[in-house]
Amino acid sequence: MSSVAPADLPVGKDLGSLEAAEASERAEQEQPKTARVKKRLTSRTATIASLIIAVLWTIPTFGLFISSFRPAELIRTTGWWTIFSNWGLTLDNYRDVLFSTSASSPQLGAYIVNSVAIALVATIIPLVFASMAAYAFAWIRFKGVNALFILVFALQIIPLQMALVPLLQIFSTVLRPMQAWLHDIIPIIPEQNYLPVWLAHSIFALPLAIFLLHNFISEIPSDVIEAARVDGATHSQIFFRIVLPLAVPAIASFAIFQFIWVWNDLLVALIFSGGTQDVAPLTQRLAELTGTRGQDWQLLTAAAFISIVIPLIVFFSLQRYFVRGLLAGSTKG
Amino acid sequence: MTTADLLGKILQVVMGLAIFAAVVGLLIFFIDRAPKKGRDYWQLAGFLLPALLFISIGLIYPAIRTSILAFQDSSGAWSFDNFVWMFTQPTAIRTLINTVIWVLLVPTFATAVGLAYAVFIDRSRGERIYKAVLFMPIAISFVGAGVIWKFVYEYRSGDREQIGLLNAIVVAFGGEPVQWLQTDPINTVLLIVVMIWVQTGFAMVVLSAAIKGIPTEQIEAAQLDGTNAWQRFMNVTVPGIRGALVVVLTTISIATLKVFDIVRTMTAGNFNTSIVANEMYTQAFRASEVGRGSALALVLFILVLPIVLYNVNILRKQREIR
Repeated sequence: MSSVAPADLPVGKDLGSLEAAEASERAEQEQPKTARVKKRLTSRTATIASLIIAVLWTIPTFGLFISSFRPAELIRTTGWWTIFSNWGLTLDNYRDVLFSTSASSPQLGAYIVNSVAIALVATIIPLVFASMAAYAFAWIRFKGVNALFILVFALQIIPLQMALVPLLQIFSTVLRPMQAWLHDIIPIIPEQNYLPVWLAHSIFALPLAIFLLHNFISEIPSDVIEAARVDGATHSQIFFRIVLPLAVPAIASFAIFQFIWVWNDLLVALIFSGGTQDVAPLTQRLAELTGTRGQDWQLLTAAAFISIVIPLIVFFSLQRYFVRGLLAGSTKG
Repeated sequence: MTTADLLGKILQVVMGLAIFAAVVGLLIFFIDRAPKKGRDYWQLAGFLLPALLFISIGLIYPAIRTSILAFQDSSGAWSFDNFVWMFTQPTAIRTLINTVIWVLLVPTFATAVGLAYAVFIDRSRGERIYKAVLFMPIAISFVGAGVIWKFVYEYRSGDREQIGLLNAIVVAFGGEPVQWLQTDPINTVLLIVVMIWVQTGFAMVVLSAAIKGIPTEQIEAAQLDGTNAWQRFMNVTVPGIRGALVVVLTTISIATLKVFDIVRTMTAGNFNTSIVANEMYTQAFRASEVGRGSALALVLFILVLPIVLYNVNILRKQREIR
């Protein structure tokens, strides 16, 4: 649950978001018609109001989507809603931003690879470290465990802005020489590499991840753990063979949330990536383009859509897990 | 991007993950071979060490250091200059005022619309689709949302056809097109609209779950008493979801305080639209005013602190119960 979750919102239990809706729809169809009509509290006005809200919420994205397939000339001179009177569809915009090698084009290919590379590793590192810490907090008894855990919980709310300046200083004194040395040994790896961005994202993810996974891991019945201990299992065996397999739902939720969070991040990238093709993610490139190519809507619309599409696919295919992770991580950063 | 570049990137990821796996493996190896005496403590240390190390170096130390920097001038001497600047410079004051406007408007509207929508679509046909539509912006990056809305607010001068939806509507009703993002104070309101657009889905999902948790007996009893829909909403639904309402309001407030990408992408804080989170970045990383940036970060922290303390209290109580 989010860091502002009071006791009455159960974590990990399904928040009724979508399954409950399905169940209630099914239940309604099973009831006789009269009861269904009586049960429905929605009046005609409510239906119309919700339709209007739904349309309002969709139009901006829809306009961008339509525009990304229109020729540059038409985008410049006509509104996208006139697409039927000014007919023209093309894939040129996408071809330009993805595959064009001319120096003036956005050349998004490199940035897509960066986004994937950053999001992948910056999801795995905090997940592993956080699940280990969560296990220790939940199942190894020691003095001061509560105070320490509450400290970690409270750290969630330290705004990123509080950490940026000193962390950048630490990175430039400690990591910079390491990166230069690595570049000397393996010239194929540029001097600007992913390391600072990976580390920064991992650090900022930990408090939330520990809290979330701890909530789940502490719910595992203690009999299971005790039985294993009696049989002489070590902590690491219990962790790998019992706790991790049982915690898969929570791990999946957090992984999806963290992946989308990192993919969509701009602030951390701006400060730690150096802004070159070597490291900068898509979001940073897109933000740059709105500044430098603000009038080239054919490029902006296509580029924006490319950056949006991956989180949307993840969202629509793994909605249930994502909602859980999101509800838990909504105050992150 | 050349093939060599791509190879370099793939190599970095593979190497990064390999080194990480080796570190974890080594750690587990040592945990298993902890000395017999005080074994539990050694093992505990092994499990906690990486996370605590990361957190202390990356969060605790920097937060303390930022707090110190806020009270120093560029030469490192103690001073209140940064705060004097914050509360006397017109631009800085405007930034603070804007932040207050954001925090007042975004949570209120996002929660109100989200609640109304959740009530309207409750048990209606196609509820899932309705929800997905409103929830979708959450998965879109703030930068993407910025581009989407910049396109809506686009301005065309003279008699040229408007390509931005908002100006097209204005012109259709016989008005004059406006340079929305350059016009103070309407531009701040229009940026706030973007944040509301993003956050409403979150409010809707949480509140919808809470509404489904209200016992149907209560609703039915109220119906039998002959109440109308509005009375039922005010006297049964709202009290029943009070906890969820608090969660939604506080969560969106914190998210709003920290919003940075929207302002950065759409106006870069120009035309009097800056807010604390964006100004902090501009001062510390663009204008090299580290002290001012740190002071702004500290203010941000102080603003979210009450919410944190409130929740830490709740958490303490929960852990005591267990």
